[in-house]
Parts: sequence; structure tokens; C-alpha cells
Amino acid sequence: MDPALRFDSVTKTFVHHAGQMLLRERMIELIRPSRRPRFEALKDISFELGHGESLGLIGPNGAGKSTILNLATGLVQPDHGKITTTGRVTALLELGAGFHPDLTGAENVRVNAAMMGMTRRQTLELFEEIVEFSGVREFINEPLRTYSSGMAVRLAFSVAIAANPEILLIDEVIGVGDQAFYAMCLKKIRSFQENGKTIVLASHSTELITMFCNQALWIERGRVVEQGPAAEVVAAYKAKGI
Amino acid sequence: MYTEARMAEPHWGGDYAFLFENLILKDFRIRYRNMSLGILWSLINPLVMMIVLTFIFGRVFPNGNSNIQPFPVFVLCGIVPFNFFVGALMSGATSIVDNAGLVKRVMVPREVIPIAAVLSNCVHLLIQFALLLLITVVFGLRPNRYWLWLPVIWALYVVLVCGLALGASAVNVFIRDTRYVLESFTTVLFWLVPIFYPFSIIPQKYWDIYQFNPVAALVMAMRNILMDGIAPPRSLIENLIIAASVALGLGLLIFRRLKPGFYEHI
Repeated sequence: MDPALRFDSVTKTFVHHAGQMLLRERMIELIRPSRRPRFEALKDISFELGHGESLGLIGPNGAGKSTILNLATGLVQPDHGKITTTGRVTALLELGAGFHPDLTGAENVRVNAAMMGMTRRQTLELFEEIVEFSGVREFINEPLRTYSSGMAVRLAFSVAIAANPEILLIDEVIGVGDQAFYAMCLKKIRSFQENGKTIVLASHSTELITMFCNQALWIERGRVVEQGPAAEVVAAYKAKGI
Repeated sequence: MYTEARMAEPHWGGDYAFLFENLILKDFRIRYRNMSLGILWSLINPLVMMIVLTFIFGRVFPNGNSNIQPFPVFVLCGIVPFNFFVGALMSGATSIVDNAGLVKRVMVPREVIPIAAVLSNCVHLLIQFALLLLITVVFGLRPNRYWLWLPVIWALYVVLVCGLALGASAVNVFIRDTRYVLESFTTVLFWLVPIFYPFSIIPQKYWDIYQFNPVAALVMAMRNILMDGIAPPRSLIENLIIAASVALGLGLLIFRRLKPGFYEHI
């Protein structure tokens, strides 16, 4: 069976473009092509994740954890190397990306479910479950801008989970909710794993990673420092003195 | 420096009809929820334009227009397609940049974003269209069987605008002044579409300017159907079919070519 997620010596660079996206710069470039400096966000990253396995990404801010998650979604293309995924991928990259503040919670749930690829029928069937899990039933018909960030993230997490992905990518976000919700999320993630789903979790919490992941990848400045069984990588990371 | 290595965009196995419905509803709700007059705003602009243009070109400069009856219907046949063209093209062109959050964070096929922006404008179009048909009937013009042409020419027209919006939205990511270029373009277009003058008064040597203008083609076809009670001539339909196919083909091509760079340039 194909692995759920596979990175094969993936390199990703970004251009420093200082925000200049205007016609003037484009014309100057036509006349005088300039090589803008590129910055290597990821260099030669390889790993393979089987179905039901979980990978934890650790490293300081700006190390490239989020870039790995973005590449796994297919929203960004690598410069070099190959990424393969099998099964539906759902990403929780940013609290309520795709949520609109002027829409009510319920309307946002529907729009997001549709964007994640759920059909009308699935959305109708799962709507109650989503609302129930989010714990914001009382406010579901209020505009999202009246929600606290914790409430919004509860709703976002509930929709993403309901889409029932094969591969779930999580970027720190679940830490925003309160204790009770956090516990529910962890339970949900656990049951996900038990059902053979694959998870990639980027987190600064080494506890979370040892708790959920069997593998870990420690990166700094886009390069792998250590990869392997989560317990060992986390121990090495801690030993470095953080 | 690096070898070319591309990964196909992951397959999005979703429900397009449900997605478009939700995106259109979303736009509609956002736009109207904070307006006390709601959809009446969609009617006020064409009504005001109709009254002003009827006054100016029916009363102040009646030369050459005096034999056009009823002039308000004539003007609305020009304004409704033109307004739709400008509104849909502009919101389509800025849609990718405006929805940076979706483009960068949500795995939804990106072609959907400009197309949904254009289709959202169809809601206003339907409201304005209802007004146009109402005024047509009020002025004593009767529905005729050629009204069946209306959905056909409008479908072609919407496809045309979708194509232009796809291309423009992709280019706008890389060159942010695209919207200002388009704004100037639509200002010029207002004068190059026979909105407040009939095609017949244009000197023959300038016909080429109009020949390939699909907005003008739609306006003229609308007048054929609603005012003259005849089927639009074949040349106009051909014009619309060719314009719609070329625009959609080119728009998709440009969009697909530029799409891999969206993430980095938004």
C-alpha cells in the first residue's frame, strides 16, 4: 500500500519581493531582468508516513514547520523534489481561514463544509454533529465577529473534523480553545488515529507530540536536525536546552 | 538552479453545485446584510441612469434619437448589460487577491473563486433584468416568442465575463494595477457601446470598432428582441459565441499558467 504522505527530497524557496507587485516594477524587470534573492524555506526534506501514523513537527518559529504543512496540502508547489498523498487531506492551518465575520456561525459552517468538499447531503447530515461538538450552539445564528477567537476555532475544528479526512494537518491551532475543548480535541484526534487516519501536527508543545505522534521531525532554518521515533527526537530537542 | 518538479494539485472531490450556491449566497448576504434598503440598491442605479440619459438624450440633445421609442427601454437595454459587465469583471478581477485567506489556506479549486464572483453578480443582474422587463411591458411592448433568445445570449455573455475574470484575476496577482487598467478600460467601453445612441447613427467607417465588441453585440441583440420583436441577426450570435469561447479558453489558459505562483505572490 502506498504511504499516506511522502516527501521525497523536497526543497522550497521563496522570493524576497519586498511587496512590489506593480506595473512599474514589472516593466523595469522586462527591460532589466534582475535575479531577486531567494530564500530557502526548506532544504532536502524527506519522510514517509504510513496510514495511521502520526508525525510531529518541532522547531523554533520560522523553521519551516508551516511550509511543510502547506506543501502537504498541495496549495504550494515545491521547487525540487516530490510530494505524494493518498486520500483526502484536510488542513487546520489557521484559525477560521475561510470564515467571514459578517456571516453567522451556521452560514460559515455551510460555506466551509462546501469548500472542504462536502456534499449538500453530508453537510445536512453532519450539521447537528458539528454544532454539538463545537459547543457554540447558543450563538450559532450570531455573526462570527461576535465570537471570541476560542469559539471561532472550536467551530473551525468541528467542521474540519466532520469532513472526515484521511490525512489531517494541524498547525498549533487547537491550543486556542479552553481546557474542556482542548480535551475534546485530543480525544477526537485519538479516535481518528484509532480509525487508521494519518496526522501531521506542528506544535511547540513537546508533550503534545510525544502524546500523539509516533514519529517526529525536528527542523531548524529549513533543514532537518533530527528525525525518527517521536520520543527520541523530542528528547534530543529538549536536551538542546529549551 | 533547480530541476522542474511539479506535483499535480490534489483532487478535490467535492460538490461544485453546492459550493457555488454557498459562495454566491455568501456574497449576497455580506453585501446586503448591512444595507437598510437591501436589494433596492440594485434597482436605484439603473433607474437613475435611465432617467438621466432619457432626459439628456431624449430632451436636451434629441437629434437622431427622436424616432427611438420608448427611449427608457432603449437606454436600459444598454445599461443593464454594461453594468453587469463592469460589476462582474471588476469583482472577478480582484477576487483572488481579495480572497487571499482562501487561496492560501483552504483547499478549494481556485478557478471557483473568480467564477463565483461573476455568478454572484448575476443575482443583481436578475433583479435589474426584472426591472427592465417590467418597464418594457409598462411602455406597451408585449412579450414575444423571441424572448426565448434572452437566456441564450445572456448565458454566452456570462461565459464571456467568466473568461475575462479568470484571466484578469490571475494577472492581478502579479500586477496589482490591473484593476486600474480595467477601470479605465470600462470607462472607454461606456462610450464604445451604443448605450444612449443607436447603432444606425454610427458612420460606416467606424463599424469595425463595434463589429468585434461583444458588449455592443449583446446590447443590440437585446434591442432586437425586446423593442423590435425580431430574432437577433446571426452575426450578433456568432460574435457572442466566438467572444465567449475565446475569452473562456484564454482565461482558463492564463489562469492555469499563473496559478502555481499565487501562493507566493499574494
